[in-house]
Amino acid sequence: MSIKRDKNASPTLSDFKSPDEGMSRRKFFKLMGAGVATYVLLSDVFVSSAATVDDKFEFPDKDLVSSWIHISEAGIITVFTGKVEIGQNIRTSLSQVVAEELSVAPQKIKMIMGDTLLTPYDRGTYGSLTTLQISPILRLAAANLREILLEEAEKVLGISSSKLQLKDGKVLEVGSANSVDFGDLLEGKQVLRKINKETATIAPARWKVAGHSIPKINGRDFITGSHKYVSDMVLPNMVYGKVLRPPAYGAKLLRIETKKAEDIPGTMLVSEGDFIGLVADSPGKAAMALASIDCSWGPGTLLERSELFEHLVKNSKGGKPKSKSLEVSYEGAPLRISQRFEIDYIAHVPLETRAALANWKDGKVEVWAGTQRPFGLHEDLAKEFDLSLDKIHVHVPDTGSGYGGKQSSEVGIEAAKLSKAVGRPVKVCWTREEEFKWAYFRPAGVIEVKASVNNGKINTWEFHNYNSGSAGIDFPYSGAEEHVAFHRSSSPLRQGSYRALSSTANIFAIESIVNDLAGDLKLDPLQFRIAHLDKPRLIDVIKAGAEAFDWGKEKRQPDIGYGMACGTVKGGFVATFVEVEVENKSRKLNVRRVVTAFECGVIINPRHLKSQVIGCVLQGLGGALFEAVDFNDAKLTNPGLSSYRVPRFSDVPEMKVVLLNREDLPSSGAGEAPIVCIAPALRNAIHDACGVKLHKLPMLPSGVVPEHT
Amino acid sequence: MKVSINGKEYLVEAAGNPSLLEVLRDQLNLTGTKYGCGEGACGACKVLINDTPLPACITPLTSVVGKKIVTIEGLERQGELHPVQKVFLDEDVFQCGFCASGMIISAVALLERKPEAGVQELISGLNGNICRCCTYPAIIDALSKLSQKKAEQ
Repeated sequence: MSIKRDKNASPTLSDFKSPDEGMSRRKFFKLMGAGVATYVLLSDVFVSSAATVDDKFEFPDKDLVSSWIHISEAGIITVFTGKVEIGQNIRTSLSQVVAEELSVAPQKIKMIMGDTLLTPYDRGTYGSLTTLQISPILRLAAANLREILLEEAEKVLGISSSKLQLKDGKVLEVGSANSVDFGDLLEGKQVLRKINKETATIAPARWKVAGHSIPKINGRDFITGSHKYVSDMVLPNMVYGKVLRPPAYGAKLLRIETKKAEDIPGTMLVSEGDFIGLVADSPGKAAMALASIDCSWGPGTLLERSELFEHLVKNSKGGKPKSKSLEVSYEGAPLRISQRFEIDYIAHVPLETRAALANWKDGKVEVWAGTQRPFGLHEDLAKEFDLSLDKIHVHVPDTGSGYGGKQSSEVGIEAAKLSKAVGRPVKVCWTREEEFKWAYFRPAGVIEVKASVNNGKINTWEFHNYNSGSAGIDFPYSGAEEHVAFHRSSSPLRQGSYRALSSTANIFAIESIVNDLAGDLKLDPLQFRIAHLDKPRLIDVIKAGAEAFDWGKEKRQPDIGYGMACGTVKGGFVATFVEVEVENKSRKLNVRRVVTAFECGVIINPRHLKSQVIGCVLQGLGGALFEAVDFNDAKLTNPGLSSYRVPRFSDVPEMKVVLLNREDLPSSGAGEAPIVCIAPALRNAIHDACGVKLHKLPMLPSGVVPEHT
Repeated sequence: MKVSINGKEYLVEAAGNPSLLEVLRDQLNLTGTKYGCGEGACGACKVLINDTPLPACITPLTSVVGKKIVTIEGLERQGELHPVQKVFLDEDVFQCGFCASGMIISAVALLERKPEAGVQELISGLNGNICRCCTYPAIIDALSKLSQKKAEQ
């Protein structure tokens, strides 16, 4: 295969996709290097990608610079990460940290993401780990590459590296015309030097690219509609797939007649055990064929919604017995609160529903899917089809959001199954109803809290979470005798990850009770919290938020209430302040303003961080006030956007975000932590406005504030 | 059947009376218009039909004969982005971007009708469009810049 390339052009998918030979990371490097390199420059540092790397060479080795960053002969800088872009704007922030170390514009960085063949293995894009774990690795790899470039330039130019600097893709001598391009220094070879962990990275105080509000790197593609999400992709000869699903959870297929469906020209039925699917040459025809399948189903099996919370408690396991002394201290305390909270299932509702495109050919399968775990799908496909991993290639193009809801990729398996059966590329796009019914939910749960105060201090804290999860369960305040337990249970509906997972539920309960204790003591809830905190970073966000909100300086007005909450999750520190009005007669809630202060170490992109904070707060407002998955007779009753309400423009209060930049601390992720305080802050504000204490999420399923607690 | 999209005439397959969204995406490969909910509730599939923003997912193909359809792909003129696209790009509003096409179409129609729209008018005019990443405040701020500029002119 001979390929001629324009030295300056960026590679595209078609450049390194060869239907006959498949593609490989080696081939990719070869193409990136624009030709065959014929000699080894420095055996300990470089290996020419074509000539000397044998087939057994295992790439990518996470310790090698070249596994993460490559510079082609044309000077194109390519960065590899198994993380995926789902709207958190990490394509931009990761480009920024690499660009900073190499002194180039971030737009010059080509980022290959979520590709199981080309990028290092990655467990998945979840848990706010990209900025915490991958960003420092890329920064360090780039710093190593900078040092190598300087060393090589010293040899080529004959000038001491101390007089050299990197600028716009060149190494140049300060104050002279001497320079050499990155591409000419490395000649497209793979840098096989191990990453030296001691190499200094540029300190945040000196950042010129990182730390600044660089706009979304491929932003124009989204504004013009030209970005291809998986649901937009087309392959030659592609057909559209559909899968038959039961009308109710747990229903068994009793009888099926597929003749009418199969009689529709251009359709093909695929039946393998329990899996019944079909393909057709248009999506309309596929939907028509699916609807033409005549079948009957047995009854569904699911408890009724009214039984949910008792079920979760009754079927729970785990949790150690509490100590006698805790019981005694609680009983002896002058102020005691015992309260139960109930948390409904909620749905992620990513605007792009699950979609996958699979192409099975010559015993190999290539799958494009919108998933948060490309390597998870890679392994799932290997298991499903008993295939070795090297015969499977998963790509994840920038995807229409996830919020923790796209860790699984059932749709990727479905598309692969159909493609294998029909011998053509198959695209499967889930409908909104399928996304609601057959993905998974944020867990429902029950939380029971007993707390007491003695001598003005919280002296006992007993906290039980049934089913919703242990994330965020730790009591952030000090001084109390504690008993904190998470009890696993059996979830009637399929449940999984969600932005911040159970931290929202746990912090809702914690911050409600702490606020109520302060109220019973007639103390300012802010001062009461600070008096119990020995976490300086948390105190800092509380103070910053309070100042921006003018906490405590507002005049009392009828029907108006103020509330706050604070919390720390996954290295992020957040405090949210809310002002609400509860209309006296209509009981309507008006969320008048929200201030959120947030700190997660040094800020890489202030604009995008603010966007994540606002997104968290507003998405959290939906789960706080009105989002809930409803079911009856083993069926979801609100599996659509006309029946499941998510926040809209009209729900948005006046908002302010205060970002604290800690240049002295490493960055943590920000896609989750800022969601956790809006629910309790709203709850505490509603209580302040009208005296009603709410203990369920969502708080206002009927749309109005109840008359009584 | 003939339809007019972005100033061009297309001959499309009308058998089964598909939705306009299916025709745009699957017959014409105009994939900028997105599927979001299939019931006209999220705005991801909005297109301009005789200058009115309507959800293509619940618009039958047969209902648009003889009408002028504009999709996201039709807003750019001679390489120049529409002012709404430009302000969204300049203000860097989106996260995942899946709502962007429908959001832009709705905003274009709204500002065409009310070039000096205030914040409340923007909110009520765009309430049919969901941004699940909740970039709403940034969208309103960006559009306010446009409408204020008009008001000052």
